[in-house]
Amino acid sequence: MSLLPRNRNAHPPAYAPGYKSSVPRSPSKALISGVATASEQTGPMFGHEVLGERDNNLILNFTGQPAIGERIIVHGRVLDEYRRPVPGALLEIWQANAGGRYRHKKDSYLAPLDPNFGGCGRTITGEDGSYEFLTIRPGAYPWPNGPNDWRPMHIHFSVFGHSFGQRLITQMYFEGDPLIARCPIVNTIPDKSVVDRLVAPLDMTRALPLDCLAYKFDIVLRGQRQTMFENKPEGM
Amino acid sequence: MVQPLDYLEESPSQTAGPYVHIGCTPNFVGIEGIYDQDLGLAPFPDDAPGERITVTGTVYDGTGTALRDVLIETWQAGADGTFGPGAQGWCRMPSDLETGEFVLNTVKPGATGKQAPHISLWIVARGINIGLQTRMYFEGDDHSADPLLNRLEHQNRRGTLIARDTGNGTYRFDIRLQGEGETVFLDL
Ligand SMILES: [Fe+2]
Repeated sequence: MSLLPRNRNAHPPAYAPGYKSSVPRSPSKALISGVATASEQTGPMFGHEVLGERDNNLILNFTGQPAIGERIIVHGRVLDEYRRPVPGALLEIWQANAGGRYRHKKDSYLAPLDPNFGGCGRTITGEDGSYEFLTIRPGAYPWPNGPNDWRPMHIHFSVFGHSFGQRLITQMYFEGDPLIARCPIVNTIPDKSVVDRLVAPLDMTRALPLDCLAYKFDIVLRGQRQTMFENKPEGM
Repeated sequence: MVQPLDYLEESPSQTAGPYVHIGCTPNFVGIEGIYDQDLGLAPFPDDAPGERITVTGTVYDGTGTALRDVLIETWQAGADGTFGPGAQGWCRMPSDLETGEFVLNTVKPGATGKQAPHISLWIVARGINIGLQTRMYFEGDDHSADPLLNRLEHQNRRGTLIARDTGNGTYRFDIRLQGEGETVFLDL
């Protein structure tokens, strides 16, 4: 097995001046490329014993009383580039509350905190790579970058596959949000068709009548090549 | 025309942003009661075999300012050079919110094949658009056969991947994202 190389052209570059924070935090020298070694092929695996009963229910997991906002299911599958499901993948998410405010001392936005919303959740994918969260739709919020920049509604995702080299953090956006195209962070991704892969469609097949809407968000991790003809690079 | 290659492509990365701790280390930023404890507090149990070491360091941006909102994950072999089981060998370190310093208490990894003992790092923060991969080797080890260190074109940058031995099992490893002394970042 070996990890497929990352297609860096389908990711944001480190230096993306429209997102000002990237200017001093971007390496200026070329990355050193190579074949993944045991250190990248292997990675931490998490068992279901780390999960609490309400870890994937952001509506209830902070106080047990329901958070304010539009109730939504966010579900999907974690796959690799060969379309194989990735079971046992730990997903951690975080998001603003319905008003666009994070529970964080550095967030001083006007919108109030919701006493019943913490803002994080986690789950582990099943055998078919599937996962599900129950949460509220996060609000859009302004942020200091340009004079009037706003983040579209989004949920942050941290994903572990089976290899440390598959480690990924990304963000899910919502179908139809006009702020997506205006967002300097979204626009760090040079290719609009690549951005589309982060936009979750409304999924009425999973919406629950008189209860909640649903959005489907699939995540793709680097592929694990499997071939009987592979030569092992020496010493790797 | 040919048959389509119907593979998928990896989801694009987006920055972890300024609030990554809410998702990854909520207890560390005062969001208590959702998870019993944050994941990755220690890479190994206290009784794991091997030499205990402590690595401290700071991540600096291109202006020389310490990042106080950075999250670093480490992944390493145990003292015997093997990985796992489970999440053993993995650690998650938020830098100190005031000083930016991170502290890794771990066991010194063994060599894996020709690779000299090293710890893999993955660094995310606001302003980092895709997680940065790098490695920490250790001053005093034999690096002469290490394939990765030997293939660096600019050998004068090699030192950025080697933690300085500060005595009694302690090491110093600073990371510079940009500019003079810029750390070597990897694409493996
Ligand atoms: Fe956000």
